Amino acid sequence: MGLGLLASRAMRPLRNSHSSVFLRTIVSKPELQSAESSAAAQAPPEPDLPPRTPVGGARIHFPNPEDAIEVFVDGYPVKIPKGMTVLQACEVAGVDIPRFCYHSRLSIAGNCRMCLVEVEKSPKPVASCAMPALPGMKIKTDTPVAKKAREGVMEFLLMNHPLDCPICDQGGECDLQDQSMAFGSDRGRFTEMKRSVVDKNLGPLVKTVMTRCIQCTRCVRFATEVAGVQDLGMLGRGSGEEIGTYVEKLMTSELSGNVIDICPVGALTSKPFAFKARNWELKGTETIDVTDAVGSNIRIDSRGPEVMRIVPRLNEDINEEWISDKTRFCYDGLKRQRLNDPMIRDADGRFKAVTWRDALAVVAEVALQAKPEEIVGIAGRLSDAESMMALKDLLNRMGSNNVWCEGTGTQPSADLRSGYIMNTTISGLEKADVFLLIGTQPRVEAAMVNARIRKTVRANNAKVAYIGPATDFNYDHQHLGTGPETLTELAEGRHPFCSAISNAKNPVIIVGAGLFEREDKDAIFATVEAIAKKHNVIRPDWNGLNVLLLNAAQAAALDLGLVPESTNSIESAKFVYLMGADDVNLDKLPNDAFVVYQGHHGDRGVYRANIILPASAFSEKEGTYVNTEGCTQQTLPAVPTVGDARDDWKIIRALSEVAGLTLPYDSVGGIRTRIRTVAPNLLNVDEREPATFGPSVKPEVTGKMDTTPFKSAVENFYMTDSITRASKIMAQCSAMLLKK
Amino acid sequence: MLARLAAKRLLEIRQVFRQSPQASRSFSTALNYHIDSPDNNPDLPWEFSEGNKAKVKEILSHYPSNYKQSAVIPLLDLAQQQHGGWLPVSAMNAVAKVIDVAPIRVYEVSTFYSMFNRSKVGKYHLLVCGTTPCMIRGSREIEDALLKHLGVKRNEVTKDGLFSVGEMECMGCCVNAPMITVADYSNGSEGYTYNYYEDVTPKRVVEIVEMLRRGEKLPPGTQNPHRIKCGPEGGNTTLLSEPKPPSCRDLDAC
Repeated sequence: MGLGLLASRAMRPLRNSHSSVFLRTIVSKPELQSAESSAAAQAPPEPDLPPRTPVGGARIHFPNPEDAIEVFVDGYPVKIPKGMTVLQACEVAGVDIPRFCYHSRLSIAGNCRMCLVEVEKSPKPVASCAMPALPGMKIKTDTPVAKKAREGVMEFLLMNHPLDCPICDQGGECDLQDQSMAFGSDRGRFTEMKRSVVDKNLGPLVKTVMTRCIQCTRCVRFATEVAGVQDLGMLGRGSGEEIGTYVEKLMTSELSGNVIDICPVGALTSKPFAFKARNWELKGTETIDVTDAVGSNIRIDSRGPEVMRIVPRLNEDINEEWISDKTRFCYDGLKRQRLNDPMIRDADGRFKAVTWRDALAVVAEVALQAKPEEIVGIAGRLSDAESMMALKDLLNRMGSNNVWCEGTGTQPSADLRSGYIMNTTISGLEKADVFLLIGTQPRVEAAMVNARIRKTVRANNAKVAYIGPATDFNYDHQHLGTGPETLTELAEGRHPFCSAISNAKNPVIIVGAGLFEREDKDAIFATVEAIAKKHNVIRPDWNGLNVLLLNAAQAAALDLGLVPESTNSIESAKFVYLMGADDVNLDKLPNDAFVVYQGHHGDRGVYRANIILPASAFSEKEGTYVNTEGCTQQTLPAVPTVGDARDDWKIIRALSEVAGLTLPYDSVGGIRTRIRTVAPNLLNVDEREPATFGPSVKPEVTGKMDTTPFKSAVENFYMTDSITRASKIMAQCSAMLLKK
Repeated sequence: MLARLAAKRLLEIRQVFRQSPQASRSFSTALNYHIDSPDNNPDLPWEFSEGNKAKVKEILSHYPSNYKQSAVIPLLDLAQQQHGGWLPVSAMNAVAKVIDVAPIRVYEVSTFYSMFNRSKVGKYHLLVCGTTPCMIRGSREIEDALLKHLGVKRNEVTKDGLFSVGEMECMGCCVNAPMITVADYSNGSEGYTYNYYEDVTPKRVVEIVEMLRRGEKLPPGTQNPHRIKCGPEGGNTTLLSEPKPPSCRDLDAC
């Protein structure tokens, strides 16, 4: 890490000058006592310096090649685009400037003063985060003046900071701790009382210890700019300054957990994680999130068999560096309500634990007795591509093709990939200038997509129009209507909003996957495509027609062709295989049907199950998921499976062998080779596969749209699947934060 | 050598314990966070009065329509005058609505400035200057005299609701130090005055309080009868003649 390097460089002179340490009560490095004279005495930097690499892979992009300017950082010439700040120039040059208030995704505040550097011909050190780099500027980051400035700032910051690192949850990953080791003095001169600040109640997710706050205002800027909830502010002045909400108010944002990450000190920490573990005890596993269809990149921090916390990973194309509260805090659901043994329902209706051998034998026997058209398989919303492939293969071998993934409706159409993925891509939304949201509430369906839309609205003043039930938005929007009649008006060009779409440079239409459940979905999609065609939303250089999916499994299921043969197969089913499917409506299922529930949580699906096969959750297996924009990603096992549970595809493979229909693969590699023949894009991990054909090749639809208004697809943002429904933290959130 | 070091360290340690209980003197009348009370909570209705609505319009007209939030300080001032010298949460919310910003942005401003009172003050809010020149000339004694006469603590309102005493920063009357300011909220925003009384003594401030209580008007400015405005006591002692113009300006002499 760049900071460590700087730290060792900053500490080196101390080692050879400890002769006078004992005699002085207040120690500053001797060369810092008269910074100017020693700077003058210093020899000019030697020209043959080894090349440095940019900090954190900082890349520069020249939008306009003649706007490039050259600055010198510690003697290195660096070419940067005009308008960059001194701090960014230093990063490009490979110098990590210490900072607290500066954050690359937030506006510049310039109030912590930690990033002071010396600039030639400037009388005082300058705050590099707020200073634009000018051509020919000679920036010096390692001079006595800069070091003294940092040491002084650090002393001021530590004046009112409690020395409670041993009981602070940020300890070990604290910017203030690291930077005071690297740049601070070894003692302070402050002998007065430290101030103390009353802690604030921000809700069940964020714990506050406001005395530790150094007033960097990152949280205030995050809440205002990214989360879009103007709740936090800087109250008071001078030494009485504090961060707060003034009136008693919880932070009701779906992104509130991110203030924990951006807080450079331990003032805002995770409430559920408080006093649970130290960060150096944790093993990080880089994986992806499955609680929504965005597939946010996360790191699961585990200790032994337990998931301790989930933190975001940087992925500019998907989640930038934020994650939603559901993603971050659903992990306690992984420890509760877990299924850990195969179980069979007795005659008296109770479940009895059995061995795998017995359970699989029972399932195979019942399955072989059922007629092929009476066999139904439903994949759950958290299923990975491998297990869905295995399920489809097994059911096909049994002669049935009634297999689908929940949430894709009764008659999903998997023919055209452009009809179910986000064609604009999540990062592509930033280029849009008009959004038309149809039957989707991105704030609850996909919080990260909503954050992108908000970012675009803020940056480009993009217009947002919405059709659907009244709902909360954290940006300005026009509510055009609630149902299909508004769509008809738009398609026929009668609606006043039509001019806004047709005048837009890059219009975006986002259709919610909640509409998949409607009977008239084909007609709705045909109308939406008519709107797109009329207003030139799909062009060779721009595809603005998107579907926002709801579940992590949906895109992969449709890629793999999990489409049921008949629409009402449940009504005549005798053998139902639920692979983690909890939200299917089983009311019409005949009473004598045999239901197998394979999954990791004792959730809704278990109530009707005759037999339970315990499977592993996303944190325990290696699985392939495709997110809503069509980007293939893989989870990695962070913790061992619970009890006697097995990976989903392994259970199905074992069942196929017991049933005498052995599937021709017995490793993840083998199953992926099989997937290659069905959907080769699922093997290009971390790559987005765009759809090849647009909706123009679609056959004509004759059906008519119903007049029933659109419904909201997600009732409770915090509880959407079996993991989040088992989570205590999510239950607290829905009790406290959803109250109106 | 070692003894000297030890003594020095001891002094430092003693300094730590010799803290005054009021470590930081707060000028604000309230805490930096709001606590609901019957007369101050967000559910109470609050609106600008009819007369003040015209003033609000007038104030807003000073600013471009896309920078309405610039009017936050004058509007808060108006709201404070209307509400008897202090700003309940609902008044701040009303201001936020007028200028179209989130309430927290208004709270930030009103907690920043100590002249916005966020807890109840008296009809006459007496502010004693506590900055160095006034302090040297005895502002602490003046504050003590006021507090003793009224029988209240700082920022506390007398039982009859007439008076409260606060401290403020320098008002630029150092030549007539010590001084107090009387913010008169007894007649709403129409009769609102904010007058300086300078050259006060502990005796004189008590007289001022009593005159205010009786509703008498007294001329603001210096309370020393021998001084005229900020001139020296007993008339000028220097610069008695017409000042001689500088030679370069004497065009005849050229």
